[in-house]
Amino acid sequence: MQWIYKRFRFLFSSTKGLILMGIAFAALISALFGMLSGPMADYGIKDVVIRALKMNLDPAEREGRLIVLYHTLAMIVVAVEVYMITDLLKMKDGQRLTINSTITVGYLMVIFGGLPFAYWGHNWAFHGIYIAGLSLIFFAGCMLLVALWPWQKAYQLTDMTYAHTKKGFDMERIAFFAMALTTLISAIFGAIPGSYFGNGFTAFLAENVVREPHKLALDLSVIGHLHIMLALICIAAALIIGRWMDFKGNLHKIAMPLYTAGTIILSMGTWLVVSFEEIAHFIIYGGSTLAMLGALFLVIFSWDKLIRTGLAEKGLKKGNFFQRIAALVRDPLKFGATWQMVFMNFTVSGVGIFTAVKLDEIFRQWQIIDELSILTGHWHILGTLMATILLLYYADLAGLKGKARQWFGWLVIIFSDVAFGAVTIYEMRRLFVIEAEQQPLLNRTTIAGDIGLGVLLLTLAAIMVWRLIDLFKKKGYWANEIEERLTKKDEVAK
Amino acid sequence: MKRLLITLLVLTFVLTACQKVDFQSAPPVFETNIDPSSWTVIPAGPFLQGQFNEQVSIDYDYEIMVTDVTNAQYAEFLNAALADGSAILNNGQIEGYYAGDPFSGTRHEVEIAAGNYIYIPVGDPYLKLNFDGSAFSPKDEWANHPMTMVSWFGAKAYCEYYGWRLPTEMEWEKAARGTDGRPYPWGNEIARNNANYYSSRDPFEDMSRYGSRTTPVGFYNGSTYNGYETINSASPYGVYDMAGNVWQWTANIYDSQHYRYMRGGSKDVYENNLRVWVRNNATPTFTSPGVGFRCVR
Repeated sequence: MQWIYKRFRFLFSSTKGLILMGIAFAALISALFGMLSGPMADYGIKDVVIRALKMNLDPAEREGRLIVLYHTLAMIVVAVEVYMITDLLKMKDGQRLTINSTITVGYLMVIFGGLPFAYWGHNWAFHGIYIAGLSLIFFAGCMLLVALWPWQKAYQLTDMTYAHTKKGFDMERIAFFAMALTTLISAIFGAIPGSYFGNGFTAFLAENVVREPHKLALDLSVIGHLHIMLALICIAAALIIGRWMDFKGNLHKIAMPLYTAGTIILSMGTWLVVSFEEIAHFIIYGGSTLAMLGALFLVIFSWDKLIRTGLAEKGLKKGNFFQRIAALVRDPLKFGATWQMVFMNFTVSGVGIFTAVKLDEIFRQWQIIDELSILTGHWHILGTLMATILLLYYADLAGLKGKARQWFGWLVIIFSDVAFGAVTIYEMRRLFVIEAEQQPLLNRTTIAGDIGLGVLLLTLAAIMVWRLIDLFKKKGYWANEIEERLTKKDEVAK
Repeated sequence: MKRLLITLLVLTFVLTACQKVDFQSAPPVFETNIDPSSWTVIPAGPFLQGQFNEQVSIDYDYEIMVTDVTNAQYAEFLNAALADGSAILNNGQIEGYYAGDPFSGTRHEVEIAAGNYIYIPVGDPYLKLNFDGSAFSPKDEWANHPMTMVSWFGAKAYCEYYGWRLPTEMEWEKAARGTDGRPYPWGNEIARNNANYYSSRDPFEDMSRYGSRTTPVGFYNGSTYNGYETINSASPYGVYDMAGNVWQWTANIYDSQHYRYMRGGSKDVYENNLRVWVRNNATPTFTSPGVGFRCVR
């Protein structure tokens, strides 16, 4: 009994255990439900999975199923980020415990309520569990907001190398607070149309209404919701990675106000989509530019730091170009987390901006089925890229060292980027090839995408199996991680 | 580690290596014994429309073509229209007059003013018609395949030339699913030999080379072709190819937009796009090897 208790304590109460469990659930769900679409369906694997698991996939409910699946995965990622935030930022132990336990119960209810409801027939009691889970996560977010309140004396900075206000309040905490506040408000923009359209089971995917000239306010609300929620999850990840890198100094002092302003302006832009669609886009461009500039400063800081520390390890003060590159890439986990942010510009931000600028001239000349390919690919890449960033951070937290660290890091970076690059070409294929001659391009990009994502999932599986085996050891990593924190910072009064 | 990484990258390259593909390779020729000049009556009355089965009604009987318009039929139309001047050859495309759409200047809306518009691009290598400078004829193996590379204007002109018209979206959907709210014309589930869709493994596709191609109209009628067994996939009213093969233009012109809507899915899309309520849309000048049409009267 003690054996089980100790492991449960690790998985359900320690930050690293909670993160591990979240990643394991996300990996399992991605692997299982990924077999129901795309190339896996072509190869006939979908049919086998449906039969083996006795799934009940009514064609009329496909959109509803996808919405539940996307929310399930998103809630796990949100939970993982919250675990990181509650550990990285100062707060009372009681607050940390309450927030973490609430969001854990919430996402587990989302998984075990939503997926059976969506994929194994309608028992509406399961739908109720799913909604209750989402509500708990929202409630955990409210508690997080209270815990993050930045204008408390206990959280005033003593180390002035970090961004701070004149009175010494932590600007980074303000950025986290702004992110949490706007996330909660943005969630409402999904919850209201969700309630409206869900009442009668009239689910639709936002990409399907993009060409409607007169969209309902609730349609626009859904479109705004999905964009801002993904953007805010990314901003949260950038802030978290900044903590990991110990982002500080002048760049930190510039970046934190940019993050805060960017978060607020970007969010307001997406909320305004509901009533002022045309103006809203300009506000969104402004907000996202500010937030992306913040991320750029993080990249500059972390690459400079990696180079400096790498050269110092070799006893060099100023290396030549190749020595500096070697120093930069010597730790694929730390380099990879910010490299993926840079790569995101080629596969997500750049593509998004190009599409927006050339919308009428190019993309609206195509049939909508081809435009949908871009929209769907766009946020699939964004979501998965962001997940790889958190994964690289987790690998560091899990204690990957030496060759295993090198293998894991480089496999994740190279093969995820191969996959994302291939998917980017796939989604934009009409720019390069006409419909009648697209098959060879589709084949190449599909195989490259499959290999990339396959290796990524196998790499993830390897780390999960390693940690699973570790759980069976009496004095495995888990035993130390029960009490370990992500940050060494002092706690405030309990 | 370096060696393995290099091996994996080389493997990726080899597996995705370029291969010369003959996109114009001849298809097999099958006779489906479904007459493309036949029509069927859709009786007046209520039916369930859309993904969420909204009860609606069409209060008149109408007839719809049992199959899509074929290349052979369209070639015949072009020859007649060119002869009497209702269609002209201009700058490598067949064009005809259209009286224009109402224009409200809504964001993203493009004005479709009165004027001549494209029916088909004559020089396009994927047009399945021959043109000798004065007359059209179908390319031999493709005569009984659906007419493709035809714009909405070209589809509308064909129907109206014979005194018919394009179906409205509502008419199209009722003909496709009948009155019981089914998601596919033949019922509730889809198998690979129900319809021609992406990677459906019909005798006309080769996904490792040129991809999916059209099947002859009425192909999925329960016949077996050289060992390839099809399921009879007609709609409750006996209409063929209402899911897959080619998207079908419909008649509706909606306020504040210039897009025209298509139904039915095509050879190039996954099965979820073959559900009878799924809509595709494009500008009315759009032509594609995956878009055709049929008429109602």
